[in-house]
Amino acid sequence: MIPAPFEYARPTTVDEALQAVAAGGEDVKIMAGGQSLIPVMRLRLAAPSTVVDLGRVAEMRGVREDGDALVIGAMTTHAEVLTDPLIAQHAKLIAEATETVADRQTRRRGTFGGALAHADPAGDLPAVALALDAEMVIAGPNGRRTVPASEFFVDYLTTALDEGEILVEIRVPKLAGEWGVRYEKFNRVAQAWSIVAVAAAVRRENGHIAEARIGLTNMGPTPLRASATEAALSGAAASADAVAAAARSAAEGTSPSSDLNAQADYREHLAQVLTRRAVAAAAGL
Amino acid sequence: MTQVSMRVDGVTYTDEVEPRTLLVHHLREALGKVGTVVGCDTSNCGACTVHLDGQAVKSCTVFAVQADGAEVTTIEGIGSAGDLHPVQKAFHEMHGLQCGYCTPGMIMASIDLLKENPNPSETEVREGIEGNLCRCTGYQNIVRAVQQAAGEMAGRSDTLGAQA
Repeated sequence: MIPAPFEYARPTTVDEALQAVAAGGEDVKIMAGGQSLIPVMRLRLAAPSTVVDLGRVAEMRGVREDGDALVIGAMTTHAEVLTDPLIAQHAKLIAEATETVADRQTRRRGTFGGALAHADPAGDLPAVALALDAEMVIAGPNGRRTVPASEFFVDYLTTALDEGEILVEIRVPKLAGEWGVRYEKFNRVAQAWSIVAVAAAVRRENGHIAEARIGLTNMGPTPLRASATEAALSGAAASADAVAAAARSAAEGTSPSSDLNAQADYREHLAQVLTRRAVAAAAGL
Repeated sequence: MTQVSMRVDGVTYTDEVEPRTLLVHHLREALGKVGTVVGCDTSNCGACTVHLDGQAVKSCTVFAVQADGAEVTTIEGIGSAGDLHPVQKAFHEMHGLQCGYCTPGMIMASIDLLKENPNPSETEVREGIEGNLCRCTGYQNIVRAVQQAAGEMAGRSDTLGAQA
């Protein structure tokens, strides 16, 4: 189908983009790579009166270092993330998860920031941002503010972005020390959406697990941390048995949905199994 | 209406389009590039794949206005009847198609894959074209065609012999 008519704005700077969003009124939609927005517009599930296309805002693209953090421009495409040497060095978990997003063509257009702002519970990158304690840098009419990932994802397809605001970059703390990472995903072959997935980063020290960070994809309307498992792993022996025991609490505090792909109890089972696999792999077991 | 200018298969076109016009519809209906087809219209099947500034994209999931100033290559721009692109030739020789509807997109995605990975394993080919669906062939001959093309483009002739 063809989308409903709309006004089109193509700013080249963040300031111009903020002005275009303000001028677009209530019915404005911000387009990053368009790989989720255009399909939704084609189905007429969204019919914005104005689309502000960020595709030419060069300052929102690319990855740079800033002290202990990587700063990823929101308009950096998935394909660019996959070949970026800084991400390969300091945030390999992002690359692992990005590799599983959609397909080659979609990764050429889709963006890191777009996927986070869209906040689809079955999308892979929100849980990774949450596990890595990323921070969202948001530009608005009154300047910039920074929101931690733990407060950014508010509900199904809903973030802390207010009307008139744009997610411009994402700050990801570099992992210091000996960390291993793994993204374990369960999905139907014909669809890359996660039924459940688990993002794990594990730091080992002297044969023990010093720290584990675990993000869960599609175990509720927002990405979640597997807090009970993280607590059980802190200081645990780096052994398959200890990891398996800790992973049994991976679904605690989650609220997965039931849909055509899976019932809620099956998702809880998957969260435990995938957490065990992801943590074991990240711990080098 | 918005004015867009793009170079498609080596020729520059300037047109007025509605912002809601999808690139695939612009290519087919305004420019007559009907070699690029619409398959699913839901961003799944990849039949509409073209190269936008050298990268494979699904042209049903790009607005024509987004391609303003860009270089677009369609299946019509990669070879001619007497001088097929090695990937076209390999799809022909290895019978990498039955009805042929997915073929333009399969070939454009495969060229993108081979540019990044000139010698892909069978698994890498299958993952590389995961954004393209074929309802006829079961993919066997498509994968063989891509590997044969990889061999030819690298100047080898033994790719399939080695595999068999």
